Amino acid sequence: MSFDRALRCRECGREYPLAPIFSCEFCFGPLEVAYDYEAMRGRITRESIAAGPATLWRYADLLPCDAAYRVDIGTGFTPLQRADRLAEAVGLRTLWLKNDTVNPTWSFKDRVVSVAIARARQFGFEAIACASTGNLANSVCAHAARSGMEVYVFIPDDLEHGKVVGSAVYHPTLVMVDGTYDDVNRLCTELSQSYPWAFVNINVRPYYAEGSRTLGFEVAEQLGWRAPGACVVPMASGSLFTKIRKGFSEFAELGLIEEPATRMFGAQASGCSPITTAHQAGTLNFVPQKPDTIARSLAIGNPADGYYALKTMQETGGGAEMATDEEIVEGIKLLAETEGIFSETAGGVTVACLRKLVESGAISPEEETVAFITGAGLKTVEAVSGDVADPLRVPARTEVFSEALAERRRAAAEPAGAGAR
Amino acid sequence: MASRRVRFTFEPELVTEPVIYRVGHLYDVVTNIRMADVDERVGWVILELSGEPAEIDRAIAWAEQQGVRVDPLAGDVVEG
Ligand SMILES: Cc1ncc(COP(=O)(O)O)c(C=O)c1O
Ligand SMILES: [Zn+2]
Repeated sequence: MSFDRALRCRECGREYPLAPIFSCEFCFGPLEVAYDYEAMRGRITRESIAAGPATLWRYADLLPCDAAYRVDIGTGFTPLQRADRLAEAVGLRTLWLKNDTVNPTWSFKDRVVSVAIARARQFGFEAIACASTGNLANSVCAHAARSGMEVYVFIPDDLEHGKVVGSAVYHPTLVMVDGTYDDVNRLCTELSQSYPWAFVNINVRPYYAEGSRTLGFEVAEQLGWRAPGACVVPMASGSLFTKIRKGFSEFAELGLIEEPATRMFGAQASGCSPITTAHQAGTLNFVPQKPDTIARSLAIGNPADGYYALKTMQETGGGAEMATDEEIVEGIKLLAETEGIFSETAGGVTVACLRKLVESGAISPEEETVAFITGAGLKTVEAVSGDVADPLRVPARTEVFSEALAERRRAAAEPAGAGAR
Repeated sequence: MASRRVRFTFEPELVTEPVIYRVGHLYDVVTNIRMADVDERVGWVILELSGEPAEIDRAIAWAEQQGVRVDPLAGDVVEG
């Protein structure tokens, strides 16, 4: 059963009943789900969790929805993989990768959408909606298809074909908005006020966002019921970043792990870095930006949780870094070549920032670190397709192949970049 | 009558300008501030504008002309 109790304003603390609302009527601050931890304690144990399914529903008692309404396509409990080769490349002793590329629609968004759609059904909504450049749309469409709900997805009209198909295949009502990114923003904010739909990241956002805590829960459980020394997390709105930390804190509150001392580090693309820029300037007040980066999944210029992400960095002694488009591509390749995980651009941002954080000394070589890889590479092949292994082209003849291979090996042995990859 | 909740972001050179005061005088809208913070680098104000929808649009367009960035309260809703 769920122990959600109320919605509480993050600014003034006023409480509201659990309803499809997202901001405080008094101060307009964002609302967050409040739980009855007292009642949870003792009822949620390591054993009760471990006895659950190998999906995020093993944490059903910690989610703000009635699990009877769940739409289960197998989200969560993804691998936490020790990454010794990448650790060595970036200069760390112990590195773990939380591989969330293997979710049903290949990104961590399946976690937030799982909770949002369950809550939406519980509220009695018949339709679900979102505005997205890719991952969120793919996940909303898949979950809606599985549940039979109506689904409306709004996308900018300049998206790559692959991302459009990744939603369209589930046969939603797909709306391509003729206009800028800001126009899509404004339209969807207006529509959310006039249509009786559950907009996953607008009117059910307080519930939706809670789904990201399961990444913190899983990492703590998979490390043997403890929190790591440091986390490196990609940031768009900043929600995922704050919720991973919240997951650790809640586990401690329930006595499942020791009080965490985890330092939280955020990763952004240089072409959209309002949170990192504010952190580096030493302020909690970010300046919104116009995104211009290949990491489109992280391209949120006006991050709803930017302020809270900055506070989390401050409270945990963490920090933030940013990566250029070139560094992002290098990051994707480094991760693939050292650990066998092909991530989308967001993972490139994470790996590139991890490397820079160790280089600058922000993360020490001794610090046990977890890097969150949140989306799969086939979603953004364009980012790297011009810059990967060049095939040996041969006719089907052994001696020609052998000659070509010898030639390739000679070239690879030549010094200073003269060799083909 | 309609109302719209927005976030105004001010660059340093605008922080000292009484933009919100003036928007309420130039246009037939009521401004109601709920939260704000200002430092030497940037300022933001979260407020509600009430009035006829077209008048709210004009008021926002004017504020943007003055160099204020105006965003919906919920932040960007187009996610990755
Ligand atoms: C792959 C991927 N990683 C990370 C994020 C960051 O999410 P948040 O908005 O919670 O910061 C997103 C958001 O769209 C994403 O698509
Ligand atoms: Zn409030």
